[in-house]
Amino acid sequence: MSATVGELAGSVVPVSFTLGADGQIRQRLRLSRGFMWLCRLATYASLLVLAVLLLSIVWNSVGRLRWDFLSSHYSMQPDRCGILAGLWGTFWLVLLTAAFSIPVGVGSAVYLEELAKDTWLMRVIRLNLSNLAGVPSIVYGILGLTAFRPLVIQLQSVFDGRHVVNVLGLFRLRLLKLDIYDGSVLIGAMTMSLVILPTVIIASQEALRAVPSTIRVASLALGATRWQTIWRQVLPASLPGIATGVILSISRAMGEAAPLMMIGVLTVASMCPGGIESPGQLLTEPGRVLAVPFDQFTAMPVEIYDWSKQPDPQDRFTGVAASGILVLLAVLLTVNAAAMIVRYRAGRQLRW
Amino acid sequence: MLMGSSVSGRSVPPSVPGVDRNLDTSGHAAAIDVQGMNFYYGEQQVLFDISLKVPERSVTALIGPSGCGKSTFLRTLNRMNDLVDGARCTGLCLVEGQNIMDPAVDVVLLRKHVGMVFQKSTPFPKSIFDNVAYGPRVAGEKNRAVLAELVESCLKKAALWDEVRDRLHTSAMALSGGQQQRLCIARTLATNPKIILMDEPASALDPASTDRIENLIGELCSNYTIVIVTHNMQQASRVSHQTAFFFRGRLVECGPTMKIFTSPAEKQTEDYITGRFG
Repeated sequence: MSATVGELAGSVVPVSFTLGADGQIRQRLRLSRGFMWLCRLATYASLLVLAVLLLSIVWNSVGRLRWDFLSSHYSMQPDRCGILAGLWGTFWLVLLTAAFSIPVGVGSAVYLEELAKDTWLMRVIRLNLSNLAGVPSIVYGILGLTAFRPLVIQLQSVFDGRHVVNVLGLFRLRLLKLDIYDGSVLIGAMTMSLVILPTVIIASQEALRAVPSTIRVASLALGATRWQTIWRQVLPASLPGIATGVILSISRAMGEAAPLMMIGVLTVASMCPGGIESPGQLLTEPGRVLAVPFDQFTAMPVEIYDWSKQPDPQDRFTGVAASGILVLLAVLLTVNAAAMIVRYRAGRQLRW
Repeated sequence: MLMGSSVSGRSVPPSVPGVDRNLDTSGHAAAIDVQGMNFYYGEQQVLFDISLKVPERSVTALIGPSGCGKSTFLRTLNRMNDLVDGARCTGLCLVEGQNIMDPAVDVVLLRKHVGMVFQKSTPFPKSIFDNVAYGPRVAGEKNRAVLAELVESCLKKAALWDEVRDRLHTSAMALSGGQQQRLCIARTLATNPKIILMDEPASALDPASTDRIENLIGELCSNYTIVIVTHNMQQASRVSHQTAFFFRGRLVECGPTMKIFTSPAEKQTEDYITGRFG
């Protein structure tokens, strides 16, 4: 005698897998479809806004965005006004910012992740890092204005050409007066480093955390010191992640205007830091690079802000501002593409 | 050597070549001599008064149910537990006659002398050559010819040379699981240790790879002192001269492998090896 499962259970219910075979399912399907459309709408609405913005910028820039826009200084004539000073200013600003924030940021991350013991102080620092990353950049601008600017001006008054420093008793060095202006590249980079440091540290910490601990243990078991383990195993393995985080932070530094306005950078500039106006000059007059950190400067977002509120009866500066935005966007996209390439390459090489 | 012997109705699998399970090790010099070791994670005590001698150039298997402290014990032998916050150890642990629990001991030097192979093979994301050369390199060896010779000899000792000789400079991550584990053994041999600790070295491998690792242990024990933790009782009986049974943080019994597996002195040991619990 053979009994089917249905008979054993005492009831035989015909089973149908057809869509909507029971009313409840149909109701749920309708709901889930509605939800999907809502999400789709949210996505496309923001995309639409972005597209409209971009289109209007491109539309506005027509007529001004030519190659000479990249190689011209500020001018009262919108047709001749260019972004050269901002390009170089942003370039030097970002270079110095990276020079400050990468060693400090990666060093802090290594200390916090790999070396520090879990004390209450460390816990407070770790907790507050993400808070610091969320602080509006203008606040760092105020910090730069009140802390770094006086510091650098103090430096200037100390190095007035009368001070002679005895270097290790070997020779005497006469410190010459430095031309430090308000809003120099140095102050800008110091301030901008503050803006991006929390992000750099957090990104580096995450990259370090992604390295499996078995690698560290295996390295230590082979008689490597802690330092060798970090330097030869952990850092190389986390480098792609760290690089991605650093590049993205730097692209943020490129787009920030507020902290720079706060420390008083130029808005109208007809000179580039160090007087370097073309890449060729870096080779022909490398000595000028030394003057860069102490020169006044302007940056692309500051210039764009300034152009967009230029009083002009025919709104002719709108085209200049739009062109500036497009140049800035192109630079940012290039930098972000670099981050993507780094990440893609790393993903192929490292598999745990 | 007893092959597939059956004493008191219990069969013990044949040993791998090179391992004499009836070896009387009482006359051997002890490579490791642990006396009254207690170990704590924070407030929790995980090892109680362990005393164990590991004879030179032999294989000692540590067996016992999960959480019995055998892995913790193994890791104290090259101070890998230092990495754990709140780990504390009392008692004596003599390696080459020196108490390695002494704060003055340089763990880097100790770990060169006492190598370790882990359960999960952990090749570095580098080439096969760089993996094996890592230990000597961190110890300061820079001479390319010396390193090449060392890499070759270690890969040969680990029975991996023939499989990888043509691709020494390709990534170690592309090797199979069994090959990776033998690479890790070769990497450990490259630091020129006298003692090798193995923490379940074959538990993640297929039977054929396990077999190769076990035969390798049989070959290595003529030159190295090996302490192996294993969950696999058959493996313990195949590869070891001496077996130590751990239970709830205590060393219940330690003796020649054949004796432990055929006529253990303690009831708990008998229950465990016959599979009554564990």
